[in-house]
Amino acid sequence: MPRAEHDYDDIPGTFVFDAEKSRQGYHLNMFCMSLMKDENRKAFKANEGEYLKKFPMTTEQRDAILRREWNRMLELGGNIYFTAKLGATDGLSFQQVAAIMTGSTQQDYAEMMLKGGRSVEGKRSKSTPDGNLRQTKSKRTRKSGKKRG
Amino acid sequence: MARIIAGVASSHVPAIGAAIDNKRTEEPYWKRVFGGFEKSKGWMAQAKPDVAIVVYNDHASAFSVDIIPTFALGCAAEFPPADEGWGPRPVPVVKGHPVLASHIAQSVILDEFDITVVNKMEVDHGLTVPLNLLFGSPAQWPCPVIPLAVNVVMYPPPTGHRCFMLGKAIRKAVESYPEDLRVVIFGTGGMSHQISGPRAGLINSKFDKAFLDSLSGDAKRAIKIPHIEYMREAGAEGIEMVMWLIMRGALDPRVEEVYRFYTVPASNTAVGHIILENRRTPSRKRQSAGSKHKRAAAPARHRNVRRGKR
Repeated sequence: MPRAEHDYDDIPGTFVFDAEKSRQGYHLNMFCMSLMKDENRKAFKANEGEYLKKFPMTTEQRDAILRREWNRMLELGGNIYFTAKLGATDGLSFQQVAAIMTGSTQQDYAEMMLKGGRSVEGKRSKSTPDGNLRQTKSKRTRKSGKKRG
Repeated sequence: MARIIAGVASSHVPAIGAAIDNKRTEEPYWKRVFGGFEKSKGWMAQAKPDVAIVVYNDHASAFSVDIIPTFALGCAAEFPPADEGWGPRPVPVVKGHPVLASHIAQSVILDEFDITVVNKMEVDHGLTVPLNLLFGSPAQWPCPVIPLAVNVVMYPPPTGHRCFMLGKAIRKAVESYPEDLRVVIFGTGGMSHQISGPRAGLINSKFDKAFLDSLSGDAKRAIKIPHIEYMREAGAEGIEMVMWLIMRGALDPRVEEVYRFYTVPASNTAVGHIILENRRTPSRKRQSAGSKHKRAAAPARHRNVRRGKR
């Protein structure tokens, strides 16, 4: 059965970790959770492929981890607070992982943050031409009124 | 009888904790953030609560994806700091208040809030960073802390309205506790931020400021914000702000805004902070005339600096 559609599927550049994703990504996230222990971090680093065999994930999930495809991990049910533990194992901060997910360098990303962050303008919706939401009722009425006139 | 005297809201960005632990608080970037909490520490030292209830969220430290409780109340005698991948934060063990905590648990469950009772739990930066911001870095935390962990990691978190109503139930529980205790409640997390996916780095100061304004007033507008609006406007992780509504629900309908601070960024996040006092706090009557005078003067003094920072 296909996944039910949700209002939040419309938010651009965003993977919402919902109950279904939490089931789909269970083993991926539990692998990340295991990295909270130093001995596990060492075992993983020594042989990543071998270590991952302990967690019955899909091939896609395993590949996303090995290739450090951070967005793909989220798409396949990973959650950022869990995948950040993999980031920490690699010596990456939250901000460094975030920069990679946005496709920018950490320097550019940090600079964007210092300038007030990414603007929400045009980043609200996938389904509207300008990326913003439909206008509120009163504004819409006003606009269509103008057109008619 | 125990009373909630004030509510404090504050972001709990992990990088703030790292800056404290790595002694980087004097660097200009971090000074901008910590400077905004100097007055708050003074306020807290004067308020001297007997107990703090800290509403926060666990970040895959105590709770994995094995069990995801919507509301989990910490009833243990102590809560050690969690190892979040870099070793546990070098902060004191958080001492609980098991008697008041279990009293609150029983009271809110009978008030139809089916919370989870937790008798063993480690606490992560979500709880310890706000403690640092308000209490500094003492050898021991100055008062017992009751952690209330809220799920905001897996969608859907509880609604803003539900959180607000839980706050009310907590207040009722506190006020039915026989011992004279002065309680401060913390709402933590937020403000606007997104740390996942290609839209990471999103900040919406307009949304945040409107949220702070609503909280300072009757909070009616904030209570009605649907999840989709938080996620669209304030970022996927901005939804954490529902936790501030538990704090607000535990206060009087009308409150005194004592202090406010807002700055962008700390790492990926907009840092917001507000202190709200219940207007009439009967426990003040018990204080000596001298300290009463000082406390009364505090709001006006702080109000001058309110909105002073961006």
